[in-house]
Amino acid sequence: MHTRRIPVDWPLPVLAFVLTAFGIAMVYSAGQTDVSTRMELLWRTQTVWFLLGLAVAYVITRTSVRLLEWGSVWIYLGACVMLMLLLFVGTGAGTAASTKSWLAIGGVRLGQPSELAKIAVVLMLARVLSAQRTAPTSLFGLWRPTAIVAVPWLLIMAQPDLGTGIVFIGIYFAMLFWSGVSWPLLVMAASPGISLILAIGAGVWGAWFFALLALLWWKRPSALENTVIVASNVLMGVVAPVLWDKMNPYQQNRLLVFLDPSADPRGSAYNLIQSQVAIGSGGFFGKGFTAGSQKRLAFLPAQHTDFIFPVLGEELGFLGVTLALGLFTVLLLRTVRIAARSSTPFASLVAFGLTAAWFTHIVVNVGMTIGLMPITGIPLPFFSYGGSFMLACWMSVGILVLISAEGRGKADGLVI
Amino acid sequence: MSFHPNEVQARARIASGLVFGGLLLLLGTFFRTQVLQNARYVLASEENRLREIPLPAPRGIIYDRTGKVIAENLPGYSISLLARNEDSLRTTMRRIGELAPVTPEQEGAAVRRYRRDRTRPTVLFGDAPFALVSALEERRVEFPGLIIQSAPKRYYPDGPAVSALVGYTGEVSDAELGTEAFADYKAGQQVGKDGIEKQYEARLRGREGVRFIEVDARGRVVRENAREDLRPEAPAPLYTNIDLDLQRFVAGIFGDSLIGAVVAMEPLSGEVLALHSAPTFDPNRFIGGIPFSYWQELQDDPRRPLYNKAIKGTYPPGSVWKLQTAIIGMELGLVSMDDYMERPCTGYYQYGNRPFGCWEKKGHGNETLAEAIEHSCDVYFYQLGLKIGLNRLIAGGIRLGSRERTGIDLPAENRPLFPSDPPKKYYDERFGPQGWSNAVTLNLSIGQGENSQTVVSMARFYTALATDGQAARPEIVRGRAERTRIFQLDAAQLKGLQDALANVVGRGTAAGSRLQGIAVAGKTGTAQNAQDANADHAWFVGYAPAEQPKIVVAVMLEFGLHGSRAARIATKIMEHYLKQKVVAMPLVDG
Repeated sequence: MHTRRIPVDWPLPVLAFVLTAFGIAMVYSAGQTDVSTRMELLWRTQTVWFLLGLAVAYVITRTSVRLLEWGSVWIYLGACVMLMLLLFVGTGAGTAASTKSWLAIGGVRLGQPSELAKIAVVLMLARVLSAQRTAPTSLFGLWRPTAIVAVPWLLIMAQPDLGTGIVFIGIYFAMLFWSGVSWPLLVMAASPGISLILAIGAGVWGAWFFALLALLWWKRPSALENTVIVASNVLMGVVAPVLWDKMNPYQQNRLLVFLDPSADPRGSAYNLIQSQVAIGSGGFFGKGFTAGSQKRLAFLPAQHTDFIFPVLGEELGFLGVTLALGLFTVLLLRTVRIAARSSTPFASLVAFGLTAAWFTHIVVNVGMTIGLMPITGIPLPFFSYGGSFMLACWMSVGILVLISAEGRGKADGLVI
Repeated sequence: MSFHPNEVQARARIASGLVFGGLLLLLGTFFRTQVLQNARYVLASEENRLREIPLPAPRGIIYDRTGKVIAENLPGYSISLLARNEDSLRTTMRRIGELAPVTPEQEGAAVRRYRRDRTRPTVLFGDAPFALVSALEERRVEFPGLIIQSAPKRYYPDGPAVSALVGYTGEVSDAELGTEAFADYKAGQQVGKDGIEKQYEARLRGREGVRFIEVDARGRVVRENAREDLRPEAPAPLYTNIDLDLQRFVAGIFGDSLIGAVVAMEPLSGEVLALHSAPTFDPNRFIGGIPFSYWQELQDDPRRPLYNKAIKGTYPPGSVWKLQTAIIGMELGLVSMDDYMERPCTGYYQYGNRPFGCWEKKGHGNETLAEAIEHSCDVYFYQLGLKIGLNRLIAGGIRLGSRERTGIDLPAENRPLFPSDPPKKYYDERFGPQGWSNAVTLNLSIGQGENSQTVVSMARFYTALATDGQAARPEIVRGRAERTRIFQLDAAQLKGLQDALANVVGRGTAAGSRLQGIAVAGKTGTAQNAQDANADHAWFVGYAPAEQPKIVVAVMLEFGLHGSRAARIATKIMEHYLKQKVVAMPLVDG
């Protein structure tokens, strides 16, 4: 039997394990309410998923990066087909009952394929970007990576699942950046989206548009590109208000509440306000593990999943928040280091792509609980209850360990 | 692809910087929220979880002058609900309805209370029967948000005997809640609706307490006594001038058959010793919501039990009022006790082309004023009234209080009806300039015509006759006596009037009501009933003992036919009071 010892990058799995243990403890606490519910036992399920994830991660570490690179096309195509099927057979769950993110057979929900699709997109994008000799220098040169992300992204937005969609965008720009695409080009690529967001306020959009024109004048892309960028920006700046009118009231509300949480305290702002009250009332030391009243009395929404961080904030206070965010920081710095030290461009891009996915998850999830980000259904890695996501996180850990084992230690000078 | 190690390292620095910066920004925001704004959010989280449950306060106890209880509080239970919405309120009511009957009115009332104030627990049953309370206690888990607590319940030990006096309490109404006076009342609270309960609401109302319970986001009660209670406070008791023993006696005399009213006062201080209106109602049945059938019964009763005949009902005073004609004449110097009128009584008095009859068809012959009072001779008073003249008669009557409220401390006292000054304007407006003649003077002078007095106003007038011309304001609750001089006669004149009143009972129209050992003074009255000529109202207003009055009693019997019947009741009341007093005195001194 063929066996191979690999030198494991221990700090990474240990960090991931500490975070997972911390997370399961919080899922346990989230189940401790004054009126008992079936959520009380979810921490056990979560532990089982963790063990499963650990096993999958171990298996991954026993493969090779080369195998991953070879398999990435099939994994990507498989993910896309699955997402497409999901539009026909997918079901909703919990607060997002009308969406189609869940794969279910015979009424038993198996998981959310979009979690695995994130990894698939990272692998595929890494393969395409690493295959190019030089980083694209023009907007049109970006068509391949753009198409690779766009297909699953559109399928996911059709579910709809805004949170996962945001993560894809994070992965896309992070990996372009890591592949060496210059920042002016990244800005140009992102400009229509930025225009769309800024179009809410006409003055801000005007300033942004002016800055963009200056950038174009400085970088002088081709005439066609110039036209496309300016036209798309104007379109987004003008189209945005129209889109706004076409939004569902609840979507408008979510956005408005993000801009001004006191706008509608009894409606959509309820979740954000209760989350902030939980976090704020935790104070420096917190109310004590399992003792958070906001959580116990069910004022917190989705306290096992998207809003698990407020449980931590309420019960463990600013100290607990600092510990969790500190652990995340060390984890991410560690994976950036792995990306910088990997032996091949493909491995490096995969490592950085997975880092970007986690970073987006963390910033958007934690940010929304405290009002820095709009409220979208996006889970917190290692913390939020959810089988597919726990599995995906530990698969990522496995891939990262595998990559670190094959790394050449190029980036020894990197300060970690 | 550019993967030169230096470039990768530069990118890794930027990426690390972004990771660091991003998470530092998050940490900073958490620091602001958790450490700097902590107090604000702690407050918000407390407000989230704690609900204030009002603890009803007992109302003040009402005592009579000897320390007997007129109104007190019994332990009772109220059931309220922390309702999430109107639907859940209705559902809960329906489910309670499976355990005990719930009327549509009760459900409607609960919904109204909920709409009025959604933050407070909605009172479902202000006075829940014990069977329902125990049934619900057993099924507590099935009724989330249900609050069962003790709520003091008003009780009047003498019930119907004191109904005209104390009134009753009830839930504050929607209409009342809308007004300024009830600004600090909440839906579901009890409030005095009539009588002493209403008049002294501010003094009888206790301070509500608060119990803190912990609720979850769905409003389910998770923990009781989450914080120490603020205890409800009972107000100081209310001491009244009522003699409960006398009040019971009065109510006993009237029983169920007689219709009318009694006011008994202490003449010098104006202290109200008893006040009764018959028929009565049971104020205890109003507590916690009056049953609709009982309310309907009271409303449909033609004898109007809810109408306080002592302070609201106005009746032609008849001969009882003749004393005012006499006083006005004496004050003007037109007549003295020994004066005769021009014409003797022949059973009628011819005025113009119209004869005005005396009640005594045989006639009284030639009488002095003293004798005319004793025998209540109408013909004498016709002539005296004409002598005084309409203008002076009405001005005098107004001065004697015939057109003003007594100021008794009970709500909604009616003003007696009496012509206003100047009389010409009054009668012109009432009947038209051609519609009346000076003949109205004759009717007025014997207490008929445009004159309708309340029982309490006649009692007040007689406090002046019993003393020295000063009328005492009737006082139910102990306060400073307020006396107003309404007429000025010299001692001899006053003595003459008082002797004449004593003779009314001694040998005159009320001779049948003489008491053993107690000289009673007073005047009967038989007033024409506008509705039924064969059922005159009977009056007696008087005082005893005649030589040193201790009690003034005004009695009015609807359809009582003759004043002598009222006199019998009045003298019994006086006798009861004065004899009891004789016995009571040594006890007080000893």
